[in-house]
Amino acid sequence: MEWLANFWATYSTLVYSIGVYALVALSIWLTLACGLLSLANAAFMGIGAYVSALLSLQAGWPFWAVLVAAGLAPAFVALIIGIPTLRLSGVYLAMATLAFGEVVRIIVLNLDITGGPEGLNGIPQSTRGWHIVAILGLAIYGLARMRRSRTGRAFEAIREDEVAASLMGIHVGRHKLFAFVLGAAMAGVAGGLNAHATFFISPREYGFENAVDILTMVVFGGIGGLVGPMVGAAILTLLPELLRFLHEFRGIFNGLVLVLVVLFLPKGIWEPRRIRALFGLGPREG
Amino acid sequence: MLCIRKLGKHFGGLTVLEDVSFDVPVGGIFGLIGPNGAGKTTVFNLITGLLRPSTGTLSFEGRDLVGLAPHQVTHLGIARTFQNIRIFKEMTLLENVMVGMHDKLGYGALGPFLNSRAFRSAEAQGRERALELLSWVRLEARAEMLADNLSYGDQRKLEFARALATQPRLLLLDEPVAGMNTAEKTVLMEEIQNISQRGFGVFLIEHDMRFVMGLCDRIVVLNFGRIIAEGSPEEVRNNPEVIEAYLGREDAEETV
Ligand SMILES: Nc1ncnc2c1ncn2[C@@H]1O[C@H](COP(=O)(O)OP(=O)(O)O)[C@@H](O)[C@H]1O
Ligand SMILES: [Mg+2]
Repeated sequence: MEWLANFWATYSTLVYSIGVYALVALSIWLTLACGLLSLANAAFMGIGAYVSALLSLQAGWPFWAVLVAAGLAPAFVALIIGIPTLRLSGVYLAMATLAFGEVVRIIVLNLDITGGPEGLNGIPQSTRGWHIVAILGLAIYGLARMRRSRTGRAFEAIREDEVAASLMGIHVGRHKLFAFVLGAAMAGVAGGLNAHATFFISPREYGFENAVDILTMVVFGGIGGLVGPMVGAAILTLLPELLRFLHEFRGIFNGLVLVLVVLFLPKGIWEPRRIRALFGLGPREG
Repeated sequence: MLCIRKLGKHFGGLTVLEDVSFDVPVGGIFGLIGPNGAGKTTVFNLITGLLRPSTGTLSFEGRDLVGLAPHQVTHLGIARTFQNIRIFKEMTLLENVMVGMHDKLGYGALGPFLNSRAFRSAEAQGRERALELLSWVRLEARAEMLADNLSYGDQRKLEFARALATQPRLLLLDEPVAGMNTAEKTVLMEEIQNISQRGFGVFLIEHDMRFVMGLCDRIVVLNFGRIIAEGSPEEVRNNPEVIEAYLGREDAEETV
């Protein structure tokens, strides 16, 4: 068992990262499932990370309360910015949410309380493996149940054809706002878990590059179901470690992966129907 | 009754509808015909809240429709289909129809997560009802198929079933047989008659005169955004202005 202990000592951070990014990937999946191309979730994750770190460091809140706040703070921000911006469609929403992310990054960079460019140090390492597993499990269960309810069908209808969906009696704006706010809360909790797993956070981790990374994970994995985004998060979290020599070029590599997947696997690498067909099984929804 | 009074719509300087007034009863089959570009689809878009009238009023069963969002119009009991079919292609037939039941499936937000009895029974009932609606248009055998795999004519039938799932009193059909071959047209005509006989009011747009003549109880004719005739199919067919409107256009005889 000694090797296991050694393995864990070396790689626990990496395993935590996979869990955290799986949660973030699911948060983006939720907005995409409803047809919203939002790039705000990296910033929501950052808000969750900073709010939770500050509450731990300065107010000494218990960890569970810190995590609740990590979810609520970005959800509240999402509610406020969502009302005017969610009316935008496609690439305009992407641009608006990207701009929002930059605003958040610049604010964090220039405030005293957030430690400016140096970030925050000495965050208590309260995150345990089971916290991540439990929260991720809850998210998976909740989203899987939602998909099989009228809300899930409404999201899919909105993604396919907003006008037709509204004429089915669906309040499109309210559903979009719900997906956006819930996605923000999930990303925020992931940020809180991350901050309390890594001891140190800085504005660099939640900027533009991160927003693109997260989107890459989901597009790479596939948006057809819940498994794809998590597979994408795992692979794209592991890959840079496996390809350490590429480190400087990671951004280029991610961009390349995104382009190749979009070109050759438009539904991502995890597409149940195609995988079943590969093994000669009949078509079914996954 | 759907009451349309002095309805007008312009896009910038372009006047698309002017002074349009007529009533559509909730029962029977009512037709709105006119050449391409006459403004027929615009009338539907105004009724269903996709566009706002520039002038005039719209009301359904005494309730004002102007300013309502599309989903609110649906709640009042008006459903529609589209000239260029807009089904949810990546969903199954059953899911398509169940989307139409969105507001009729009464269970709380937590139902799905707790897998509550109310949730399960509402979903089961909705599913049964959806299968029944699919059987009305003879598609129930393919309920689990993806809608994308349907032929053009069957997609139209699915769109009927999905619209009926919202439990409308009035069903607006925008050129339901456009782009169909003769066999498909005949089938769809029967489906429309069936729907009407089940007690739904039907208000349909068509630009092929021959098709509506045998189907509608009453017809309004629109040309360049104005009503030029209203009456029974007989009256409309023999109206010189209508003949003129149709013969004066290139698309008159090739409207297959
Ligand atoms: N949203 C819009 N913006 C500008 N012009 C429009 C719009 N919708 C329709 N029109 C114009 O209004 C006229 C009538 O269109 P439409 O109602 O679709 O005709 P029909 O359904 O009778 O063929 C056409 O000239 C069309 O170009
Ligand atoms: Mg039209």
